[in-house]
Amino acid sequence: MSLLSLNAMKTDIEQYHVLHDVTFDVPEGGVFVLLGRNGAGKSTTLRSIMGLWSPSPGSVTFRGKDITGMHTADIARLGIAYVPENMGIFGGLTVEENMILATQNGSFSKSRLEFVYGIFPALERFWDKPAGSLSGGQKQMLSVARAIIEKRELILIDEPTKGLAPSIVDAMAGAFAEISAETTILLVEQNFHFARRLGREMAVIDDGRVVHRGSMEAFVADTELQDRLLSLSA
Amino acid sequence: MKQSYGTLGVKLAVLAIWAALLFGPFLFQDVRSIQVAARICIFIVLVASYDLLIGYTGIVSFAHTMFFGFGAYGAAILLKQMGPGWTPVLLGAGAGAALSLVIAAGIGLLSLRVKAIFFAMITLAAASVALVLASQLSHLTGGEDGITYRAPDLFKPATKLLTDGDGKVLKLWGVSLNGKVAAYYFVFLSCAALFWLMLRLVGSPLGTVLKAIRENEARAEAIGYRVVAYRTFVFCISAVIASLAGTVYAVWLKYTGPETALSFDIMIDILLMVVIGGMGTMFGPVIGAVLLVLAQYYLRDLMGAASEAVSAIPLLPELLNPDRWLFWLGILFILLVYFFPKGIAGTAMLKGSRT
Amino acid sequence: MNATLERFGGVNLLPLAVAAVAFVLIGAPSSWVTLTVAGLAMGMMVFLMASGLSLVFGLMDVLNFGHSAFVSLGAFIAASVLAALGGWLGSPSVLMNVAALAAALGAAMLFGLLAGLFFEKVIIKPVYADHLRQILITMGALIVVEEAILAIWGGTPITVPRPAFLEGAWIIGDVSIEIYRAFAFALGLIVFGGLYWVLNRTRLGLLIRAGVENREMVEALGFRIDRLFVGVFMLGSALAALGGAMWAGYQTLITPALGAEMMIVVFIVVIIGGLGSIEGTLLGALMVGLVANYVGFLAPKLSLASNMILMMIILMWRPSGLRPAVK
Repeated sequence: MSLLSLNAMKTDIEQYHVLHDVTFDVPEGGVFVLLGRNGAGKSTTLRSIMGLWSPSPGSVTFRGKDITGMHTADIARLGIAYVPENMGIFGGLTVEENMILATQNGSFSKSRLEFVYGIFPALERFWDKPAGSLSGGQKQMLSVARAIIEKRELILIDEPTKGLAPSIVDAMAGAFAEISAETTILLVEQNFHFARRLGREMAVIDDGRVVHRGSMEAFVADTELQDRLLSLSA
Repeated sequence: MKQSYGTLGVKLAVLAIWAALLFGPFLFQDVRSIQVAARICIFIVLVASYDLLIGYTGIVSFAHTMFFGFGAYGAAILLKQMGPGWTPVLLGAGAGAALSLVIAAGIGLLSLRVKAIFFAMITLAAASVALVLASQLSHLTGGEDGITYRAPDLFKPATKLLTDGDGKVLKLWGVSLNGKVAAYYFVFLSCAALFWLMLRLVGSPLGTVLKAIRENEARAEAIGYRVVAYRTFVFCISAVIASLAGTVYAVWLKYTGPETALSFDIMIDILLMVVIGGMGTMFGPVIGAVLLVLAQYYLRDLMGAASEAVSAIPLLPELLNPDRWLFWLGILFILLVYFFPKGIAGTAMLKGSRT
Repeated sequence: MNATLERFGGVNLLPLAVAAVAFVLIGAPSSWVTLTVAGLAMGMMVFLMASGLSLVFGLMDVLNFGHSAFVSLGAFIAASVLAALGGWLGSPSVLMNVAALAAALGAAMLFGLLAGLFFEKVIIKPVYADHLRQILITMGALIVVEEAILAIWGGTPITVPRPAFLEGAWIIGDVSIEIYRAFAFALGLIVFGGLYWVLNRTRLGLLIRAGVENREMVEALGFRIDRLFVGVFMLGSALAALGGAMWAGYQTLITPALGAEMMIVVFIVVIIGGLGSIEGTLLGALMVGLVANYVGFLAPKLSLASNMILMMIILMWRPSGLRPAVK
């Protein structure tokens, strides 16, 4: 059974039909990549899973449980973490306070913190700094760190490489590889070169519809399909 | 564009109301009815100018009565100081409109720039300061008592508009064509002209831009409309029209005081009328003003009777006291905003339309 | 220059600057002390009334135009309780005095809590995220409450008895300080301290601060902001009622117009202070209290417009207020 299933999901935002028919299954383990052009509906898909928009009709199933229409907070409590495109950092709070908020009951184990520091060593240095004073890359690390401070079932990550320096993108790729060993990641990306290194399974979304599903290996091999679906110049 | 029968119905109703107002003095011949008709005319303009703001830009102002008051006090003060005549009326209208324009531009630029939500609070604060000032500057405004003055001579009841062979005032369908009729038609024509002006405005390209902003502010901004500038502009127009309506009212009443021109009660009336009638249609205010003014004049008597009928029950007679009629209007208002946010006109216009 | 100012507290120094300027203009130290104490006391009472409005707006983007209804209700309920306990108030026993006062303030706050719960569930919940309808509906609710107050307590002014131990003044040299004012100031300070502690030292406060910044993200981390919000709303309403109760005792004569008058002051305070932070609200409240009292003494004719002018100046200088919450 797959971890997460989206079935004919349709989402309207005010009077606009953003998603028409989004159907795909995310298997347990590894990184699942959702590709697509700007404005294709990738972010809306993640927000709909998270309950920040409510899809209707259509359904979202997590571990066999229908989570459509559930409150965002309750969805999060099932073990789904969300790293939004704008990172969702609380700038007026310290890094530590940001991390505390990401825990269910306000405390984290020493060993788990060591694990997070192991992936993002920079965080230790900025521990009592206001998160608003961090650089873009550091904020992105904090945002991902929040998602893994407690072990989750699934992490939704929205365009984590946007606007980051190449060296940080590399570090991020390493981090995701490490995280995906214990947690499934659903990664939304526009940066195909980043995504192809990580993804095992993938789907392409265009104009609110899933237009392709399959393995990353096959997709990487088929350059014609890539051109058609992503119109990549490089 | 094919109209739904609901829209057609609303338009016919509005047309019928204007027609009734046009023949007001002949249809309703007692003094009280003509008062009601004039008040309806003025409130149609006042509420429509408010609708221009709330319905077409989605921002809430609590200072509309203030602008109404500027126009009223402008004319009143000058009529008092200079004596009856047209010069003080015109000067007063000009002064009130100019002051309204300046203050509206100031408030708009100061508060719409940051957060539209500040706007509601700042207009409320400004309106309350204006009310306090009016009662404090009593040498000019007459304080709480207000000012009584005479209207231009044309509107004196003794004025004969037309005379018959004997030099007596001519009667048409049993109505003496005297100054009172002239005064009513002054009110009617001024209000009809202002209303027509506003209809033209919302039908113009400006109206289209306003609708675009109302539908989706972010997108309108992205297309390149300067939302703040447009909103401030509409706020200024609506303020000036309210001020002119105030001048007309002052000339009609021959009295201006905080109760008739500045009090917060009028603001509440405007809000009720625009919500009952329907925002963003220009027709809604006509319907809302008619219903509420009629209710104000005739429903209160009913409440008084009801209050006496339940005098044995505690608290209820207090709440049914005609002075407490706002209590019931307030509840009605809340229910309307919940269940019929489009008001009568908006809801009716959806009837029979395709989507 | 700016950096130095910032180090010593930046905008927090404004009330001190206002007080210093007023000291020079007033000339007589004893009058200045009296006015300053009055200004601080008024500021603290207004802070009580305004803090809830500011937090509620920050947390849920809900602007409650009916907030001043809680102020009025608090004032009238406290007045009724004090009047009913008249015997205790006049008693020479301080204990009885305190009991009567605690009963009055407690009743006001309890009612504020309940009214807040009702307001949030019935009036505001259906119109989250729709500012236009929110403003209209809360305004409608304010009208209904004010009319209800008129129906219950009538339109004539009501005298509010004060407990005996808060009557009178301390005389130090030629300076006299009204005890009630000192008490109001102290109470406001305690409430501010408590709020500050909760917001900055507890997990609940952490959630509130985070929620003010980014509600959606707090929810995505697994917390029900809407449930938290009900609590904040109720607390804010109770504090507004407490502020109203204290104000009633300060004025000693209240009319149903009290709510409308205080609403304007409260709005000016939250606009000056910046919405969403209690530090900003305190700063705005103290500024308004001080300026109102100084101007009332120096130029009585200007006193009513003084707050408005203060707001205009501050908005031109800082369009989001002195200390808005981080957004």
